[in-house]
Amino acid sequence: MNIQTTNRLTAAETALIESYMSQVGELPGDGSVAALRDRLLDDLKKSGLPTRRVESWHYTDLKTLLRSVPTSSPAPTATQVDALIDGAHVLPVLQGQAQAAIVVEGVDVTAFSASLTDGTAAAELMALDKDDAIGKINGSFARDGYRLAIPAGISVETPIELQAVHGAGQVHARFPVSVGAGARATVIERHRSATGEAAFISSISEIVLEDRADMVWVILQEQGAEDTHLGQIRVRLGAESKLKLFVVNAGGKLVRQELRINVEGEGSELTLRGVNLLGQETHTDVTLVLGHNVPHTNSTEIIRNVVFDRAKGVFQGMIRVAPDAQKTDAKMACNTLLLTDDGEFSVKPELEIFADDVICGHGATVTDIDKNHLYYLRSRGIPENVARAMLVNAFVAEIVEELEDEKLVEALEGVISAWLEKHA
Amino acid sequence: MLEIKNLHARIAEDGTEIIRGLNLTVKPGEVAAIMGPNGSGKSTLSYILSGREDYEVTEGDILYNGESILELDPAERASKGIFLAFQYPVEIPGVATMQFLKVAMNEQRKARGEEELTTPDFMRRVKEAAGELKIDPAMLRRPLNVGFSGGEKKRAEILQMALLEPKLCILDETDSGLDIDALKIVADGVNALRSPDRAVIVITHYQRLLEYIVPDTVHVLYKGQVIRSGTKDLALELEANGYTDIIGEAA
Repeated sequence: MNIQTTNRLTAAETALIESYMSQVGELPGDGSVAALRDRLLDDLKKSGLPTRRVESWHYTDLKTLLRSVPTSSPAPTATQVDALIDGAHVLPVLQGQAQAAIVVEGVDVTAFSASLTDGTAAAELMALDKDDAIGKINGSFARDGYRLAIPAGISVETPIELQAVHGAGQVHARFPVSVGAGARATVIERHRSATGEAAFISSISEIVLEDRADMVWVILQEQGAEDTHLGQIRVRLGAESKLKLFVVNAGGKLVRQELRINVEGEGSELTLRGVNLLGQETHTDVTLVLGHNVPHTNSTEIIRNVVFDRAKGVFQGMIRVAPDAQKTDAKMACNTLLLTDDGEFSVKPELEIFADDVICGHGATVTDIDKNHLYYLRSRGIPENVARAMLVNAFVAEIVEELEDEKLVEALEGVISAWLEKHA
Repeated sequence: MLEIKNLHARIAEDGTEIIRGLNLTVKPGEVAAIMGPNGSGKSTLSYILSGREDYEVTEGDILYNGESILELDPAERASKGIFLAFQYPVEIPGVATMQFLKVAMNEQRKARGEEELTTPDFMRRVKEAAGELKIDPAMLRRPLNVGFSGGEKKRAEILQMALLEPKLCILDETDSGLDIDALKIVADGVNALRSPDRAVIVITHYQRLLEYIVPDTVHVLYKGQVIRSGTKDLALELEANGYTDIIGEAA
């Protein structure tokens, strides 16, 4: 059954369209970029924001959940903050705008706006598929960001921090990153609110790992309590490449993080770890679409969720193993610590396996804090709130420790402890 | 130090009465042994003293230094100096042993209005106490009790006791699962803590532990009551004749 109904625009959809109209001629881009933007917006207008009837958005009905969109305000009201890790190369994106002339040794850094202006970004602005609402929105509005190119064989020893800070309004940023053959780097993609005023953010990172590239990519989302954050990461793994992808959600009111990963080279290895700290009346969705497209590749995915208050969380984990992707080894787990009766977490694992000689598994658990653990800690003089925080921390610490880089582990544990202190 | 008066208590969940009119007094400096057959309420008594919420006191009172502790939660009782060495210490993955020790020591100090320990001071204390109990430093680097053998867990309990310096120590079958060497180490650890202002309650099935931790008083618990109290000779009598005679007398 396929009933076509005309899309009746919601307030948010109307605001997006009006926002676009008001920026016509002002958004950076040559003719080809402008034409593509028009097409993406037109698409969005016709389809509307996705509803629960769109399968990949079933648990995050964006049309209903996105009540309003603030008007765009490109005036920079945000200022740079200290790097997450002392000494990291910070590439600030303040209110969606890259800052000029930042040098990272061994890395080719340019403002993304430059490739909009000269039209080279046109192909990148395309949406991935008809339901790619984030792609359509970001493609329509993206103004800036950074393009990073790490040449073959280069090891960037100091972590690079893409620091996106915003005040009120809209921010749409883009980060294409290429990692050459055998190159190594750690990138921290960090999103945070400077003012706590309502903002609407979309951000897409597109990572291409050439053969034997080795990358650690951390997404640290600490948006404000009123913010909508629509994030997407597109990844392509080459032969024998390695990616450790860590996603930490510790903020935002309405959040969707899409992880669109294609394993395209034999012998490659993906490690995905997610920590979702959910509190208040918020909605956070992590959606993975992972394609094992060639033989002999490994991946493990572990998502740990902590749910307080009336928070709602979603994890959708789709793993597709292509017909000739024999010897794929993929293991996915989603563990939730549900700390209130009003909290909610939905888990939807989907395995589509077309090859016959593979190891693929998934598991999900939902638990409360172990009463015996809590009693033991309290019997040693640790007050209940501190004991609870220790146990919740322990639940996610196991995951963070897998990052191995001590400074990074310590920094993320600091973020997690601070969040728990505020919410527990 | 501790005065238990006509205590009645039951399991909160199903209302089963376990402690039925128990009276017991323990003075500062005293080592009191509590013995009794299985199911007499020994472990339940230790849990109730520690403040475990799975049990409800329905009648009577527990006075600690003259004040009722019934309204205090487990952490408050611990900060006031009550320590229970568990028969089966739980394993807590993800919580580092050292972090746990530091938080416990400092939270108790905070609750008592004392200054928190500096890291070097903390490290020194742990090193000393662990050395005396022959605890392998590698054990302290593991998550709390995770993968510890039975004997290691018991030793870790005594380590915590030594570091937290409680005033009332309750040892719940600390001898179970220990070989003779480990038993001696643990007993030495407990004896080192004996002092005129500290009391120890030793819950045990066997006379064996009491050869190493010599009690001042021995109390026999049966069906949730102390049915007989005496000196350490009472423990020897029980060892020789079992509980049947005493239970018969009480009945």
